[in-house]
Amino acid sequence: MSTTNKLSKDELCQLFCEFIAPQNVIADEETLKPYECDGLSMYCEMPLIVVLPETVEQVQEVLRVCHRFGIPLVARGAGTGLCAGAMPNAEGVVLSLAKFKNILEVNPQTRTARLQPGVRNLAISEAAAEFGLYYGPDPSSQIACTIGGNVAENSGGVHCLKYGLTVHNVLSVEMLTVEGERVTLGNDGLDSCGLDLLALINGSEGLLGVVTEIQVKLLPIPEKARVVMAGFDNVQQAGDSVGGIIASGIIPAGLEMMDSYAISAAEDFAKAGYPKDAKALLLCEVDGTAEEVQEHIEQVEKLFHSFGATSVRTSQTEAERALLWKGRKSAFPAVGRISPDYYCMDGTIPRGQLAHVLTEMQRLSDYYQLRVANVFHAGDGNLHPLILFDANVPGEFDKTEEFGGKILELCVAVGGCITGEHGVGIEKIRQMSVQFTELELLQFNAIKDAFDPVGTLNPGKGVPTLRRCQEYRSIEPKARNKEGVAHG
Amino acid sequence: MADLSADIQQQVLAARNDKQVLNIVGGASKSFMGREAVGERLDVSGHSGIVNYQPVELVLTARAGTQLTEIEAALAQNNQMLAFEPPRFSGVATIGGTLACNQSGPGRPWTGSVRDHVLGVRLINGLGEHLRFGGQVMKNVAGYDVSRLQAGAMGSLGVITEISLKVLPKPAARCTIVWDMGAQDAINFMNQLAARPKPLSAACWLQGRLYVRLSGAFSAVEATVKEWKGIELEHRHADEFWRQLGQQELSFFEISSSVRQGSSIGNVDMPLWRFSVNSAASIPSLDEHCIIDWGGSQRWLRGEQDKLHMESLAASAGGQVCLYAGGDRRSEVMHTTPAVLQIIQKRIKASFDPDGIFNPGRLYNWM
Repeated sequence: MSTTNKLSKDELCQLFCEFIAPQNVIADEETLKPYECDGLSMYCEMPLIVVLPETVEQVQEVLRVCHRFGIPLVARGAGTGLCAGAMPNAEGVVLSLAKFKNILEVNPQTRTARLQPGVRNLAISEAAAEFGLYYGPDPSSQIACTIGGNVAENSGGVHCLKYGLTVHNVLSVEMLTVEGERVTLGNDGLDSCGLDLLALINGSEGLLGVVTEIQVKLLPIPEKARVVMAGFDNVQQAGDSVGGIIASGIIPAGLEMMDSYAISAAEDFAKAGYPKDAKALLLCEVDGTAEEVQEHIEQVEKLFHSFGATSVRTSQTEAERALLWKGRKSAFPAVGRISPDYYCMDGTIPRGQLAHVLTEMQRLSDYYQLRVANVFHAGDGNLHPLILFDANVPGEFDKTEEFGGKILELCVAVGGCITGEHGVGIEKIRQMSVQFTELELLQFNAIKDAFDPVGTLNPGKGVPTLRRCQEYRSIEPKARNKEGVAHG
Repeated sequence: MADLSADIQQQVLAARNDKQVLNIVGGASKSFMGREAVGERLDVSGHSGIVNYQPVELVLTARAGTQLTEIEAALAQNNQMLAFEPPRFSGVATIGGTLACNQSGPGRPWTGSVRDHVLGVRLINGLGEHLRFGGQVMKNVAGYDVSRLQAGAMGSLGVITEISLKVLPKPAARCTIVWDMGAQDAINFMNQLAARPKPLSAACWLQGRLYVRLSGAFSAVEATVKEWKGIELEHRHADEFWRQLGQQELSFFEISSSVRQGSSIGNVDMPLWRFSVNSAASIPSLDEHCIIDWGGSQRWLRGEQDKLHMESLAASAGGQVCLYAGGDRRSEVMHTTPAVLQIIQKRIKASFDPDGIFNPGRLYNWM
């Protein structure tokens, strides 16, 4: 894979400029700078070159050049990812798909949209709105993140318990292989013959191919949506009431939990009327026909009371619903106000383990002397602990990262996993060997080889090579056992 | 009701050692699917039992040989279900075979397929390694999605030993309404209905009649029935219709017992074609003769046809066709795969099963 000894940076630039407009081939330090990281800015690397092709044929040619010379290639959408999955390779090319912004078709009859990879997630729903349709998955970054990136990470969002992840909402993709060959995975129908390569591509973090077009399903906009907010004196009761709602047969459109840190930061920021004295807060959104929402809201209110909620409030208007959500949606920046920096984690756990996990996390928080606020997609067990730290204090980020790693290990120990929706990237690559055995990682590597035998697509991300996980195992066991992460 | 995974692992290792190819069999209910099976029978039906079921987590984990009837009975006690409504084939279908053959019923466009509900698997690959992928939680994006990759792979990548699935509450109410109309009108109407925010859960046309099922909260179902003004079917008849459709027991689907058992010798059954296409596409030469299910996305056709002609019709309708049952099971039965995708699929197969011992040729002649 050593490349640059074959081709200098200037030569490579020249080569790209033969088929891409020179202003779209970036090689100077200053213009390269914004590409050095994605949404996880603690991980930076300057790329050799950034290219911004404008046609699929140009992308194809970029792939061919990189393949021919063995040059690492990192595809990039809006750069909002949170796992350093789009962090450049120092000897490689960043392939920005930012110019592929066109919504190619919104078809109200089949309730589908055909999109270029650089279309923003929210723009899909905006374009579909005139037909009474929308796109289901809604990651918090939906105002900026792109559908191409969503496919790469198999993004979720607040509504995925009911409406699924990206993989459930993509019908087909056009993809370029590492050799630059065009293939279509999936079709206009719901199932395909043969191996389900579409399932493999969703969440593959740019390691298997470059997606150049995506066909998604659109859903009818629900007639009505209302949200019930409930405050609780303790986390256990809040967790139990989530189980109670599910057991009653209701699948809420969204079911979110915040702990006291997050409640109080969000309330100070958004003034949504959250009970600041509560230890846990639940937001339960119910959508559907007007009749259905009425029926379910009454059930949810009753359930919250029966599980000991100290306060229950239901949105009476759209404005009130938006306000109640505003607190939750601004929880991350709100937490940012009470600390110089924060580090967002993304583990999943079986919901029943929530109280145990929060207790353990508090213990780790005491040990590391770092505060942690919790925001939780309670419906689907996806936990977002926000570790508060100060990057200007020497060593504090290292400590934060170690604490974060322990949280992910705790998630695995209780039967969960290291990432629910942010992806592995570089950030969680060490924890891959906590969730998977060496043989399982070898199987992943073999799948990678099936698509990309030379390993030029986003190298070093997603799946550790065996050498790497052996290193982790041999270096880490002492450190890993130090706090004696309890198995729940 | 036992964990036989160690035995199965030994059998795989022995087969690899002896260069013996294996034909993985659970309930043997879907032997008629795919190409003719070859190899020594590897019976996994004894590897059965529900390993873990947490109703409030909406997750169930079962060994691959567990019959769907056992799983559905356990779910029913908690008023839950497999929302992908898989065919039980006289009660002998297993969850492993259901995933391997990607079998889903009438609710598939609205509640998803088995592929959509699988959260994790354990499988034994061709090296005899027992591996675990995915998990028992709703969201898991660590590593490639090997679990969903098993859907429709027909056992070509390994012996699935355990599956974790998302399960869902049963809807509180359901009702079926019908309209009498032709195929083309039905295709248009089904697509119009699916664009409305109503509790639609199945839509199927056959023999001049469109059947539409509504499932959800009592009030929502009741209000929609009033608004849509179809003819309401009596519950008993409606349930029986959807059962026969989903279980592939309508006379349209009839497959003789010799074919069902995978014997292609003396196979005289009329070919049964399954189209997976754009929900709004019209295939004028066929539609009136089809069962048009999944709101237009799945079409079943019975009869002797030229496969390449069927493929070109499917492709112009935005999708694919396979020879689901009957006909010549020694030739290709799946839609033709482009050369580049053949190469990738062969490499993936080799990454799991380098010696090609699992179900060789079952999916494609070349794999």
